Amino acid sequence: MQQPYETINHTADVGLKASGVTLAEAFENAATGMFSLISDLENVGSGAALDVYVEAEDRETLLVEWLNELLYLFEVDHWIFKHFRIEDTDGEHYLRAKAFGEELDLGRHQIKIQIKAVTYHMLKVEHDDRWIAQVIFDV
Amino acid sequence: MEPERISKHLWRLPTDYKAGMRVPGLVFANEHLIKKAEEDRALDQVANVAFLPGIVGASIAMPDIHWGYGFPIGGVAATDPEAGGVISPGGVGFDINCGVRLVKTNLRAAEVANTIPQLLQELGRNIPKGVGSKGRIKVRRNEMEELMVQGVAWAIGHGYGWAEDAELCEEGGRLEGADPSRVSGRAFERGADQVGTLGSGNHFLEVQVVEEIYERATAESFGLFDGQMVVMIHSGSRGVGHQIATDYLKIMDRVVARAKISLPDRQLAAAPVDSPEGRDYLAAMACAVNFAFVNRQALMYWARDSFEYVFKRSAKSMGMHLLYDVCHNIAKFEEHEVEGARKRLCVHRKGATRAFGPGHAALPQAYRETGQPVLIPGDMETGSYVLVGTEESMKLAWGSACHGAGRLLSRGAAKRQIKGDVLRRELEERGIIVIAGHMGLLAEEAPAAYKDVGEVVEITHEAGLARKVARLRPLGVVKG
Repeated sequence: MQQPYETINHTADVGLKASGVTLAEAFENAATGMFSLISDLENVGSGAALDVYVEAEDRETLLVEWLNELLYLFEVDHWIFKHFRIEDTDGEHYLRAKAFGEELDLGRHQIKIQIKAVTYHMLKVEHDDRWIAQVIFDV
Repeated sequence: MEPERISKHLWRLPTDYKAGMRVPGLVFANEHLIKKAEEDRALDQVANVAFLPGIVGASIAMPDIHWGYGFPIGGVAATDPEAGGVISPGGVGFDINCGVRLVKTNLRAAEVANTIPQLLQELGRNIPKGVGSKGRIKVRRNEMEELMVQGVAWAIGHGYGWAEDAELCEEGGRLEGADPSRVSGRAFERGADQVGTLGSGNHFLEVQVVEEIYERATAESFGLFDGQMVVMIHSGSRGVGHQIATDYLKIMDRVVARAKISLPDRQLAAAPVDSPEGRDYLAAMACAVNFAFVNRQALMYWARDSFEYVFKRSAKSMGMHLLYDVCHNIAKFEEHEVEGARKRLCVHRKGATRAFGPGHAALPQAYRETGQPVLIPGDMETGSYVLVGTEESMKLAWGSACHGAGRLLSRGAAKRQIKGDVLRRELEERGIIVIAGHMGLLAEEAPAAYKDVGEVVEITHEAGLARKVARLRPLGVVKG
């Protein structure tokens, strides 16, 4: 059984390699993986949903834009998410999704790591027998 | 291919190390550290930086080199704007103007030993720290624009510090060329409640004691003495810098695609200094640089405030003057000698410290004769160093030195091997008080996760990049 995501240990930073049957599923798993690095998802509810829409130049930057958008909602609007549903994407230029989570409560949600940004280093979105979405974060 | 050893502490990667290098690579390291850098793939990143259009001399790395993204951490590269030289946001990093300042006191640590726990408690209470922490200064949009242009002068004008503080910062606490109209709305939003926040990760505020002095005359000139209590502050531009870097990385990525520039790593994306995108990034980056100066200034203000509260004396009467404030992640225009001629270069320092020597016009009067103080934060156990810039460094590495210990273990590996609460107990047994927002994050920053800062500093000293002046031992740490 293939793991939905695994972490990549980089000396200074940390990364993720997510996979899925479709590109959308790999991107959803990358987002769940990112939030599992930030906090223990067992303590995160998913009663509320936010609409997310991003645009990009190609499939790699689409992954970066998608994750950056979620980080922005985390840092500025203080949301934390655990489930994602990508509703529409052409896999390159746009992506429309729902992010399920709740408002951040530092009393309940212990922060394990602060992700500053998504880098372009080792950035990869590939299709082999499954879709792979790989990314390194600056922490 | 193996790197060639040029001298005891200098290694060279010839341009055929990797096809596409425009200049050689130069790495300051001993045998042990060059091996680590090779295993770590950081040497490959030194070679990658040598691909940048307009790079001058060499792609240089300091002894604390380790694997980054795009640039290695510890990377220094200068480009010539007149020869199509580029500016690369990846050569500055996401935490624009992450840096360090050291605040002096006239207190002897041994004489106030009983008060240190209370002092740490007060600092922990007074300093906003950790993920999601909000600053105590609310800054409206129009004020934020002023802050981004004025830097430390803005903070002083608003009562956060003394008139003398600005001059004792690199660039006088204000990098020229800041233009807030080049900064996205998102960067403003992320920064709005983060002025004067420590942040997390490797950022800290430490109360330290001057443990050892190597160069007495220079230490005296810096106002440092044996047993002196000092305060070190390590933080950066927080969400403002992260967002500006993110925004411009995307823009530069398009420039690279459009201009068909061949780069081995997408994170190296760059645009000519002399191009609309290059100019825009530099104008936005300067805003983040100035934000970071203000951030450290506000943190120093609360440190002085905490000392006043605990010791019931004024900060001035305790001699709490700023020694210096240095940047670790920045790109700047500087004049350097290239093949006998003075040239204006765009110098990237990604995890490196400027280390200008005696006589340099960019230095404040106080350091014109000695050379500038170079502040090297170490790990929580070994301690930190004060060095002094040299004339030699101008020729060796565009006037640069190391910036810290450099990581040895990844964060994940550190967390598996070290438990935060065990570490805290161990440090406390050795008399180091730890106030941390998150125990998990503490483990990632454990001393064992870093290279030996002493080894890195020794190489820096012996290679002539900067000379050792003093070693500082931590007494207490406030972490995010």
